[in-house]
Amino acid sequence: MKRFEFVEASSLAQAAKLAAQPNGAVRAGGIDLMDLQKEHLAEPDRVISIRRVPGAAEIREEGGALVIGPLVTLAQLASHPVALAKWKAVAVAAGEAASPQVRNQATVIGNLLQRPRCWYFRNELLQCARKGGPDCLSQEGENRYHAIFENKDCAIVHASNVSPAAMLFDGSVKTVKADGSRREIPLAKLFVKPEVDITKEHVLEAGEVVEALVLPAKAGGDHSSFLAAREKSAFDWPLFSLAVRLEMSGNVVKAAQIVFGAAAPTPLRREKAEAALVGKAIDEATARAAAALCFEDATPMTQNGYKVAMGTALTARAILAAV
Amino acid sequence: MASNSRKNVALDREDVLKLGFAGNVVEKRVTRKDDEVRPWDLETKFQYVGTRVPRFDGLAKATGRAKYTYDVNLPGMLYARFVRTTVAAGTVKEIDLSKALALPGVKAAEQVWDLKNPVRYAGQAVAVVCCETSEQCDDAVRAVKVQYERKPHVVTVEDAIKDDAPQVGNRKNATEPQIGRNAVDVEEIDAALKTAAATVDVTYRTQVQTHTALETHGTVAHFTKDATGAEKLYVWASTQGTFTVREGLCRALKLEANQVEVISEFVGGGFGAKFGADETAIWAARLSKKTGAPVKLMLTRKEEHLCTGNRPDSVQHVRAGCDKDGNLVAWHVRNWGTGGVVPNAGARNPMIYTPRGMKTRKEEFAVLTNCGPQAAMRAPAHPQGAFANEQVVDELAEKLGMDPIAFRLKNDSYKQRPAQYELGKKLIGWERRNPKGGDGPLAGTGARKRGLGVAAATWGVNGGADGTAVAIVISPDGTVEVRNGCQDIGTGTRTLLGLTAGEALGCPKEKIRVRLGHTTDPFGPASGGSVTGPTLSAAGVEAGHAAKLAFLRKLGPKLGVEASSLDVVAGKVTSKDGKSWSWDDACRQLGVESVEITHTRGENFDAGFQGTVGGVQLAEVEVDTETGFVRVIKVVAIQDAGTVINRLTFESQVLGGVIQGISYALYENRWMDRRSGFMLNPNIESYKIAGAADMPEIVTVAFDLANGLNSAGVSGLGEPTVIPTAPAIANAIANATGVRVRELPMTPDRVLAALAAAKGGAK
Repeated sequence: MKRFEFVEASSLAQAAKLAAQPNGAVRAGGIDLMDLQKEHLAEPDRVISIRRVPGAAEIREEGGALVIGPLVTLAQLASHPVALAKWKAVAVAAGEAASPQVRNQATVIGNLLQRPRCWYFRNELLQCARKGGPDCLSQEGENRYHAIFENKDCAIVHASNVSPAAMLFDGSVKTVKADGSRREIPLAKLFVKPEVDITKEHVLEAGEVVEALVLPAKAGGDHSSFLAAREKSAFDWPLFSLAVRLEMSGNVVKAAQIVFGAAAPTPLRREKAEAALVGKAIDEATARAAAALCFEDATPMTQNGYKVAMGTALTARAILAAV
Repeated sequence: MASNSRKNVALDREDVLKLGFAGNVVEKRVTRKDDEVRPWDLETKFQYVGTRVPRFDGLAKATGRAKYTYDVNLPGMLYARFVRTTVAAGTVKEIDLSKALALPGVKAAEQVWDLKNPVRYAGQAVAVVCCETSEQCDDAVRAVKVQYERKPHVVTVEDAIKDDAPQVGNRKNATEPQIGRNAVDVEEIDAALKTAAATVDVTYRTQVQTHTALETHGTVAHFTKDATGAEKLYVWASTQGTFTVREGLCRALKLEANQVEVISEFVGGGFGAKFGADETAIWAARLSKKTGAPVKLMLTRKEEHLCTGNRPDSVQHVRAGCDKDGNLVAWHVRNWGTGGVVPNAGARNPMIYTPRGMKTRKEEFAVLTNCGPQAAMRAPAHPQGAFANEQVVDELAEKLGMDPIAFRLKNDSYKQRPAQYELGKKLIGWERRNPKGGDGPLAGTGARKRGLGVAAATWGVNGGADGTAVAIVISPDGTVEVRNGCQDIGTGTRTLLGLTAGEALGCPKEKIRVRLGHTTDPFGPASGGSVTGPTLSAAGVEAGHAAKLAFLRKLGPKLGVEASSLDVVAGKVTSKDGKSWSWDDACRQLGVESVEITHTRGENFDAGFQGTVGGVQLAEVEVDTETGFVRVIKVVAIQDAGTVINRLTFESQVLGGVIQGISYALYENRWMDRRSGFMLNPNIESYKIAGAADMPEIVTVAFDLANGLNSAGVSGLGEPTVIPTAPAIANAIANATGVRVRELPMTPDRVLAALAAAKGGAK
């Protein structure tokens, strides 16, 4: 790990200002940052901790929306009674990430913004396309854990459990920049596809600090579902994950949202399947038909074709669970 | 009737031992010297043995007081770390240490590599740095500049056996086939298979597994002078062999045995990869000598995966057949595996089914690849072989419509097995097993299907004497110190030695203090091949008995009683005329004198009840046939190992075997990148190891048995329990789904592929 200066910010605006200076990094839970520093994938000269910023660890309901501060941990969100009641998929997704130890330290925002886990990306000695190398090493390499959608330029899978669930609620992040200005970015516009900029996973500028994740309340949030398949039962990255929210009118679907997590480089809305569900009663057959639609455009690689069958089954189950 | 094999001793006493187990008891006559302990058998009455005794060091371990090598920190201590090759094949052109040496805190940097040598895998040590802090080591390692000339590499067996593959060593990558003992030629196999009522012709694959002990390899060395001014090297080592470390260091540093003291009181596991003075021991010692300060050199987790050993993979092509009654008639195996840069990769297909008349042929090819070297790993070669063998017998049984346990018993001569199977069937509920794979009430009709499977194993090493000795000191304060220089790698050796010695001595167990892991104490074995238990427990029994005789000889005159009329029974000294003294009162009679003996362990006896240990495991699994996820619901593990000294540590060993077996079955896999030649998962994030949430209910049963093989009647237990777990799970998956997964680990992708292939190929 490269030596760095450690600074404790007293406000998020101050943190943004400090982090914008060359080679600064903001530290909340510090889980991913530490990993990146150890492998020399991040070499900040200055680490700005926001752990002493007052009020940053709060979850509150504001105007019907759930507002999650930048120091709220995954464990906090997972056990939050209001989140569990109205934003169920989000709380469940937070509670299934990593291990209890990690969930007690890792923040929800950090979970959204963490860098990919691709084993080519995470190895300092390998120059993959995301790190400025000529090509994506997974294409002809070991790609069993890689993306089955939008995977031609770079086949990372989006690493966050929380983001597909948060997208069900048309969530957004509120940020503060180095110059003190503030903006709100919808999650649908937060994440960057490799074809747009292969070196970035999100649109935040240097020094831009997230002040809150805002999740408006939505009908069907109370039984929204999140499912993930892993090789191990816990402390393992998903092979595939998704979140589903259904707004029902009687036993007929009024509106649907399906978002894939660990399937593509960014969270993936499945609009075609969503539309197909509208106006239908949900049973095994409609769920399976919609699930199949979700994978029409899948482009599995040499070793990850299994994710199509696995994902289709999981999608049908998540739809059934969201009724 | 067999007699014992002890040589050159006056044989002046004969005992008839009762050996075996309930339902199969045999008598065996042994002769021994008058002052030797009567070997333990079914009639021995025990005070502690066979009960549940918390390990003596349990509290120290649980509270963190126990100091492992990793925890050893000495005043003024420096840290060292290796610089390792970052190409998989080629040569090192230049190693520039100057930039590293110029960094703050760097006390030494040494070239480890001989430039004449070819680089054979990514992860070989080329240099070592020594600094004031561990963090400075990180910086210094990166400052060492190494120039390579790259050459083509090959990292998989499949690639390495191609005609145009880059050559890893000085000859062809694949060895000539090593033909197993009693092999018939292929024509004879073919002929036998033609007569068979059922045959299989299948290929099984197992992965490379790395040892991944909790404590990495490492050493703290302090090269100093003793009070007389003579050079002295103190070494704290995370090792399975304190004395082999000493021997290796004496050779490497040209020191006498008395000048090197190896200390290893607590070891965080080894699994077979921690024998001898490894590069951490030798370089920690050299750097300590050079800098004059203690030096700590612990490997990182990444290094641990890359270069400290692994279990070779295997591709086993098996042709086998049986007659209509289930008697095996032919078994032909061809196996390819890689031990990386070491030409040793046998799956050895340890056959436990060897009926008379069966024709066998085994051909093994060890394939060199540009990967880290293999090392012995918990039951070397057996888990690989058993994964194939135990499924092949199931496949044959299925073809005949026979119960797989009935089929196994037809072909298995192991005496305990029928009783073990009966017990196992009851504990797992074998009657629930689906009559046909994938089809039955247990499998059900939903996406998640359950099934039952079984597998067995036999293991045949029983330790020995080899100079092992135990020292016992009985002090006037009543404490009893038991000492041996070998290590406890986490198996409970300390408790085992204390209990065996204490049992034979008769003292209260609360008075026993055990010291292990100092080479200044009497010699003890390296812990491999499951020898430590049988070696030390017999040594403990004999030494405890000898200490008792010495104690009573000294005590007699002080109590005014004939020593021969005294005994120590259940913590009290008693005389034949009915008097008794508490242990403490008796010891107080010693005044200021201690009673001190050192006893060298006697040889094993030959032909006791059975020279091997064995067990059966039965598994229940649930397979999600839509996602491919396998959950193990329950494992029943029944194991014999002779006398069970301590039920708690026995269970702990069996649990450990089953847990590691589950991890091998479902999760662990070393992934190599063919293009770069790098291991892609040298961590414990994507090198996946079973965790608490993956654990099923595990029922362990000690199958009590007197084997008469040594004074304690103890056999080794560490290795056999890791063998049958993966095939028992595989057989349960087949019973649940009707589909066989013939490749380890049985991850969701492979389960789904097997299910899809079966669907596609259904007639």
